[in-house]
Amino acid sequence: MAHAPTLTQVAEIPNSATIGLLGDNPLALLKHPEARTGKPAKMTSRGLSVSYANKPALHDVDLDIPVNRVTALIGPSGCGKTTYIRCLNRMNDIIDTCRVEGSVTHDGEDIYAPDQDVVRLRTRVGMVFQKPNPFPKSIYDNTAYGPRIHGMTGSRDEERALVLDSLRRAGLLDEVRDRLDAPGTSLSGGQQQRLCIARAIAVRPEVILMDEPCSALDPIATARIEELIAALKQDYTIVIVTHSMQQARRLSDKTAFFHLGRLVEQGNTEDVFEAPQDGRTRDYVMGRIG
Amino acid sequence: MEARLKNRHRAERRFRLFGGLAIFTSLIFLGALFAIIIQTGAGAFKQTRIALDMHLSPADFNAGQAVEGDWLERADYQAMIKRALRQAFPELRSRREKRSLYRMVSSGAAFQLRKKLRGDPGLIGTDFRIWVLASDDADMVFKGAVPRDAPVAHRRLDDRQMSVLEALEDTGRLRSQFNWTFFSAGDSREPELAGIAGAALGSLFSVLVCLALAFPLGVMTAVYLEEFAPKNRWTGFIEVNISNLAAVPSIVFGLLGLAMFLNIFGLPRSAPLVGGMVLALMTLPTIIIASRAAIKSVPPSVREAAFALGASPVQAVFHHILPLAMPGVLTGTIIGTAQALGETAPLLMIGMVAFVVDLPTNILDPATALPVQVFLWADSPERAFQERTAAAILVLLVFTCLMNLTAALLRKKYELKW
Amino acid sequence: MACLIAASTISILTTVGIVLSLIVESFQFFRMVPVSDFLFGLHWSPQTAIRADQVGASGAFGAIPLLAGTLLISAIALSVSGPVGLLAAIYLAEYASPRFRSLVKPMLEILAGIPTVVYGFFAAIVIAPLLRQGGESIGLEVSSESALAAGLVMGAMTIPFVSSLSDDAITAVPDSLREAALGLGSTRSETIVRVILRAALPGIAGGLLLTASRVIGETMIVVMAAGLTANLTINPLEAVTTVTVQIVTLLTGDQEFDSAKTLSAFALGLLLFTVTLTLNVAALKIVKTYREQYQ
Repeated sequence: MAHAPTLTQVAEIPNSATIGLLGDNPLALLKHPEARTGKPAKMTSRGLSVSYANKPALHDVDLDIPVNRVTALIGPSGCGKTTYIRCLNRMNDIIDTCRVEGSVTHDGEDIYAPDQDVVRLRTRVGMVFQKPNPFPKSIYDNTAYGPRIHGMTGSRDEERALVLDSLRRAGLLDEVRDRLDAPGTSLSGGQQQRLCIARAIAVRPEVILMDEPCSALDPIATARIEELIAALKQDYTIVIVTHSMQQARRLSDKTAFFHLGRLVEQGNTEDVFEAPQDGRTRDYVMGRIG
Repeated sequence: MEARLKNRHRAERRFRLFGGLAIFTSLIFLGALFAIIIQTGAGAFKQTRIALDMHLSPADFNAGQAVEGDWLERADYQAMIKRALRQAFPELRSRREKRSLYRMVSSGAAFQLRKKLRGDPGLIGTDFRIWVLASDDADMVFKGAVPRDAPVAHRRLDDRQMSVLEALEDTGRLRSQFNWTFFSAGDSREPELAGIAGAALGSLFSVLVCLALAFPLGVMTAVYLEEFAPKNRWTGFIEVNISNLAAVPSIVFGLLGLAMFLNIFGLPRSAPLVGGMVLALMTLPTIIIASRAAIKSVPPSVREAAFALGASPVQAVFHHILPLAMPGVLTGTIIGTAQALGETAPLLMIGMVAFVVDLPTNILDPATALPVQVFLWADSPERAFQERTAAAILVLLVFTCLMNLTAALLRKKYELKW
Repeated sequence: MACLIAASTISILTTVGIVLSLIVESFQFFRMVPVSDFLFGLHWSPQTAIRADQVGASGAFGAIPLLAGTLLISAIALSVSGPVGLLAAIYLAEYASPRFRSLVKPMLEILAGIPTVVYGFFAAIVIAPLLRQGGESIGLEVSSESALAAGLVMGAMTIPFVSSLSDDAITAVPDSLREAALGLGSTRSETIVRVILRAALPGIAGGLLLTASRVIGETMIVVMAAGLTANLTINPLEAVTTVTVQIVTLLTGDQEFDSAKTLSAFALGLLLFTVTLTLNVAALKIVKTYREQYQ
């Protein structure tokens, strides 16, 4: 992908050069303001179009996901933001009728290349879903699931350490320390979602995709998850789909606004909310559509 | 981790392969089952006949002594057939030779001759040719079901009979034709005279009785449980009871039939009436469960619309809901009937396994049923019966498959209507 | 309305009829043969007296060899239909394209619609001789009425049973669990084995119990392909007899209704009914609680 800057490329090239790279079209600067987030792209998509059973769902999306930052995808329901996030770890592969065109890269590697291993991709790009979906196993086994299938830990002690560490990072350890053998489904909704985050972290992914992780939760649980996300961005690149503009504003560094299957606007979160370039974005963030 | 990933992908392919193999095995079994039964049974639809040139004189019938009509009945047709055979093969002289010659034609040949003469008594005194049934052993060899070079014990025709067979064949006095006997006759000890008509009629009567009982009872139960029954412990008990009845082994229903219908109520043994009653009890849960599902799937708006027009609950059900649920009800009924048609074990219990030559004419006559006929013939040592067993199975399968197909089409046509 | 209520009691009356007729006749039987002899006896040879006035020559009525034979054949059948049916269900539910599924599923269901007497014929005429020849060629003596032949065919017959019940259980597992496992980088098979089957286990177990009850009560295949004489063995190559075979042999043909021989069939029927009913109740209960879990 000639025009897709890879991690190393972007890291080495100074901001002016990035502008030069995209310089043919002055508008490109507005569409690709990585320069101003100051972070290189961990994942990129170029010309990404998706259709389900020949019904287009996503059209020609170019977007960069900066490393160690929180990127929020916002937009009215049905705008394609969930479709987009599911392209980033190829979860759309499960749907038989789904067709993906264009390219998505992760660390410069095309993840839709024929020789790309989906299993490996998904260990690097983890996902947390809209509804908490713990396995019908114990809290411990839920968290240990990923490390076990990937053979990440040599001994039981190592495994236990990893499980406890993941639960701690997910802010759940103190609540469940003395009942690790209780079924994951016995936890409250917010705890279940944090368990799912712990489960995702335990695989040590580079990117965590979160598809409306708080939509099924009450405000208190939501606040805890938000704290958690803010803490996690130290170590992970996070992409979050949300229908709450406040949440996007509070949490994210970068915001991308989707509308009717198109990426309308992307940029620093403040810019998108304070000074949107596109009329549709303005209408949406001001609550006129959506 | 890379090596592990490779192993995991290998395990994935292996697992997928096992899944494919499981399906492949099942389909192979299905294919083999059908192929072998068709291959075994196809021959039974053909039947070998032998041409005999007859010349009968009035003296053969002792016409002078008997009254009109009776003399045709009493004559010794067996002797006439034997004479014709001797005349066709005059070189066979000894008793043993002659006896093996006689065994080339079926014992039914005499009946054929009588029937022909009853139809046309004018043939007496003239030369005519009659195509009589070959014996089952000759039939099997001529059709190639038994190889001609097989050992005598297996071929069941000795060398002398083989040369008779070849002589008949060379002179065009041997032919194979469609086996009407198989579809028109009742059971017989002689394979070439045995047919499924009696069993098929028995099955028909039983299934009709079964339908006449199970359909109204099943639909009424379903309507009651779905539309009127209060949700209390009694109806809960009925529901659990129905789902358990659906899984009671069929032979237990047979025991019920034997103890209740035969011994207490004193109904006749071997009668399709009792068979149908037992089958009805077995089919009932299937019909009830399917009908309830069908009634449940009728949208409540229909019921409300009927009530809004002033219909009583009973009217709403019978005029509006039940007609809309009918496709589902019929699907369940057809599937249940197909099961009943193939059911054997309970019929054995109530004596529908007797050797019945005459065709049953009503639901009280002793009869067997198609699957029971299969069971009976499968036990017979003659190869020709094995062939007929498979053929009877084919007929049975055609019916059950047709019924299941109808049910499937019905379900497909009316599913997701709302 | 009275009609409707009356109709709905027919099913209850059927059950009552079954229970009553089995118990009444069994009771008569147990007056001649002690219950303990029947349930724990190791010997089964229900000959009746040669002369009617003979006393005590009524043979032995120990049901253990019959139960053992039934269990042996059922075990063989389930060890075929269990894995094959489950794997087929997994393939159809998780791997197959909708087109393949819509083509193959009805074909498997044909297997379930074939009358059992056809399987009996197939077992006796095709499978048994095949096993016998196969055994001979490797120097094994296989009885022509081996438990193996009947068990294998019964297994094939119940494949669609297992597969459609497992299919229901597998498709009832919510997609969110599937996505969770795949999202963590599981391969499909890891997702299936570690998550989906685990979640569907109660449904599958219930299905297997129903299949077991069906196999235990199956009559025609064993009547046509299994043996008639009681034989206490676990060797699948030998002939064994089953509860259902004995019921049929005892009750077909001429019978006097008060001999221990005839009545023992009802005692066997009662035993069969009790066992299958227990299995059914357990299975329905498991399946029901499982269904509620995901609704």
